[in-house]
Amino acid sequence: MSHLESSTPIVRCEVDFTKRTEYHEGLEAIRAAHKLLAEATFTPSLPDKGYTNRTLYVNVGTREIMEKPVTRQMKDIFLGGRGFGLWYLWNAVTPATRWNDPENEIIIGPGPVSGTTQYAGSGKSLVVTLSPQTDIPVDSNVGGYFGPLLKFSGFDALELQGKADQDVILFIDGRKGVIRIEAAPMEPVDSHVLAEVLTRMYAENDEDRVNISVVSTGAGAEHSLIGMLNFSWWDPRRGCVRLKQAGRGGIGTVFRDKRIRALVCRGPVVKGGLNNPVDPETIAKTGIKFHKEMRTNDDSQCKMRRNGTAHIVEIMDAYDLLPTHNFQYGSHPDTHKIASPVWQARCTQETVDGCWYGCSMACAKGADGLVLKTGPYKGHMVTVDGPEYENAAGLGSNGGVFDPDYLLELNFYCDTYGVCTITWGTLTAFVMECYQRGILNLERTGGLDLTWGNAEADLEMMHQMARGEGFGLIAGQGIHKMKAIFAEKGWGDPQLMADIGMECKGLEYSQYMSKESLAQQGGYALTNKGPQHDEAWLIFMDMVNKQLPTFEDKAEALYYFPLFRTWFGLNGFCKLPWNDVVPSDNATTSEPAKVPEHVQNYVDVFNATTGLKIDKDELIRQSAKVYNFQRIFNIRMGKGLRSFDIPPYRSVGPVTREEYASRSERYDKQMLEEIGVDPAGKSMDEKIAITREYRMKRYNSLVDAVYLRRGWTPNGVPTLARIQELGLDVFPEVVEIVKNHGG
Amino acid sequence: MRQLRIDMTKCNYGRDCNHECEADCATKVFKVDDPALAALHIRDHGDGTGHAILCDQCGDCVVVCPAEALKRNKLGVVMINKKLCVGCYMCIGFCEKEAFERNPDWVEPYKCTACGICVKACPHAALEIVEVPEPAARII
Ligand code: SF4
Ligand code: SF4
Ligand code: SF4
Ligand code: SF4
Repeated sequence: MSHLESSTPIVRCEVDFTKRTEYHEGLEAIRAAHKLLAEATFTPSLPDKGYTNRTLYVNVGTREIMEKPVTRQMKDIFLGGRGFGLWYLWNAVTPATRWNDPENEIIIGPGPVSGTTQYAGSGKSLVVTLSPQTDIPVDSNVGGYFGPLLKFSGFDALELQGKADQDVILFIDGRKGVIRIEAAPMEPVDSHVLAEVLTRMYAENDEDRVNISVVSTGAGAEHSLIGMLNFSWWDPRRGCVRLKQAGRGGIGTVFRDKRIRALVCRGPVVKGGLNNPVDPETIAKTGIKFHKEMRTNDDSQCKMRRNGTAHIVEIMDAYDLLPTHNFQYGSHPDTHKIASPVWQARCTQETVDGCWYGCSMACAKGADGLVLKTGPYKGHMVTVDGPEYENAAGLGSNGGVFDPDYLLELNFYCDTYGVCTITWGTLTAFVMECYQRGILNLERTGGLDLTWGNAEADLEMMHQMARGEGFGLIAGQGIHKMKAIFAEKGWGDPQLMADIGMECKGLEYSQYMSKESLAQQGGYALTNKGPQHDEAWLIFMDMVNKQLPTFEDKAEALYYFPLFRTWFGLNGFCKLPWNDVVPSDNATTSEPAKVPEHVQNYVDVFNATTGLKIDKDELIRQSAKVYNFQRIFNIRMGKGLRSFDIPPYRSVGPVTREEYASRSERYDKQMLEEIGVDPAGKSMDEKIAITREYRMKRYNSLVDAVYLRRGWTPNGVPTLARIQELGLDVFPEVVEIVKNHGG
Repeated sequence: MRQLRIDMTKCNYGRDCNHECEADCATKVFKVDDPALAALHIRDHGDGTGHAILCDQCGDCVVVCPAEALKRNKLGVVMINKKLCVGCYMCIGFCEKEAFERNPDWVEPYKCTACGICVKACPHAALEIVEVPEPAARII
């Protein structure tokens, strides 16, 4: 049942956001302190059919700056974006490389379609690195203008390697054809200040600000493993810098470990045809069709334009899927306090608000006028980029925080400190549950009273992390390491911590309560990089739309959707415009879950850009090449086998008595009807054990079915036949890894 | 604010307005010499009739333009700033009147500027330029 019936009418808050705190004092002194460490020139060029056909390599340690050609093989096998990132990373590292070795790279690649202004969600960059949390490649899909501006300056990707001996800024001037590494000793640290300062510093005049994008992180990334990167753009309506995040896996931590303070790109003035597509007419027509559909359908389907992704908070609550109190429960009586009407009132500028031009879905909401109550920016008035659904759920219900002001403040500090909101939400929920269960206490947390919903303690833990002190430092290691730290100190039962610590492969879960969705359990734990909804967000299909009724349907979905979604990351697309708002007649198509008309749009826009002639099957094949390559990369780094695809049990079923009791009717019924055991007379512990055995067996059968469908061995290794079919056997090391692991 | 209005009972779909807009407005205001690009379009119904599609200067497109390229001028007329337009065509998709025309050569589409040239060209006095109050900004 939805708890929203008790919701009160929302009064729009009147905020004079022109009183926002601005940060441009001392700009000249900061600039004057810069010292040129290296400079190179290049000839700016626009893409041809989506590719500039060269990439930029910068070693911040040796200060080498170099252009590299994009080969035919790179385009044929890796396509762009995440594919280029994985290929460069593969060549840069060995199985012995760790995240903080200088040879680890951060690769930022937009992809061939990225930067198209006519089709929604075409401004993404894909960021790849060896993750400090998982020790395998992590990829993150991010908006903001950096990727498109980089490409329109002349580069299909940027490869960063080495470690600087002092804080540096890399500046790429795509108009003048100059690349500079500058020592930046006086720069502010946190993103909301730094991005604003650098946008003003590198723009030649007020109009030029919109051509600048800054990539940065913050103080949180310096002292934790969960740092993220903020990609900026100048918002001319608000007159301030906005931020989108490459959040997962600790990329910001690697960035700071390299002592990069920021990347700045100044691109050319953006126009409609800069990708030089072969068939602009088709792109324009497809884009206009999509815009019209958004205009007609969004209001009735999901109000994405109005509320952004946070529109699903109440839906998830209604379906018992909203992670609450560390994924124990799926709903809460206070959810209405953080539901979409609340954010509707807070996102004061009621316009289409996308993270790149032409995104009519425009989920990038900004909540203006938050006056901060804690931390180093206490009293400042700021615009918060969000909350997105993941933040509302992760920083909100999962830790029991139902105060929208505190939730926004948590969101703001995660952003400006450069830590992943999803990770922070999930790890805080874990430490809070540990606190309630006595695994932690006031003494062990150094005085932080981490009871459910204590947002002040949550914020203080974050400030501690940013300052590099106290329990915040431990929290910033992430759940995987915390479990080991707590166990080593003799705090708590390791098995219980393994069951309730929501991480897999070292990465924290994103914010869906998957206990009743077998498809989503697989969607999370069978991911390449770790549990993240961008690869297989099947919970809505499975639980809300009931589109995956059979076991075979689920296995097929876990074959198709991760591959389909991979394709977005190869091309520089956002995943949201694909299926959040659908054509009016979508339900009558043969495969509504795939949104066939939109799949065709992507095929059309891709072909019209590149001149290739793919169809929807070739699209999946393109993705399968990179997806399987990434799996083999994981195996090369020591993970990637079946034992790493096992979820914490809380993702699958009820760990504790309270959890079982909260849904005992459902579980008892399942025991009687599906397991064939009569629950009557059984103790709670017996019932928990029987349920657990059944659910894990069911999960394992799903894994078998999915591996088979993917063309992998029962141990999760792509077979030789599969890699030959995909043409990956041109790489001898790939063949060797597969063979060595029985593939 | 200034708005072009049509009285459909007087209009016989003769297209003089359209031609005049093409010949004059498109070349003078938009500085292009392409008669296919008229700011006032006639939607042909295929049965000898049709209707003129006018921009009513409602401003919906101003709200959706992500580049701040659409703005009302002093007269309340919605104008495109060519320099800022990124050719995303969100305005085209969101204009319920379908008053924009895409320009195959330019990135920026274009629309009626309420210049009034067509008014004089209409032999049936079906068109007029009127002053109406500006609508409240729409929430998208
Ligand atoms: S849907 Fe949202 S995240 Fe995706 S491109 Fe549009 S504004 Fe950005
Ligand atoms: S072009 Fe369309 S949306 Fe824009 S003002 Fe005219 S009628 Fe309104
Ligand atoms: S095509 Fe130009 S005028 Fe129209 S919405 Fe896009 S940027 Fe604005
Ligand atoms: S008022 Fe001017 S721009 Fe508008 S339709 Fe008439 S001639 Fe064309």
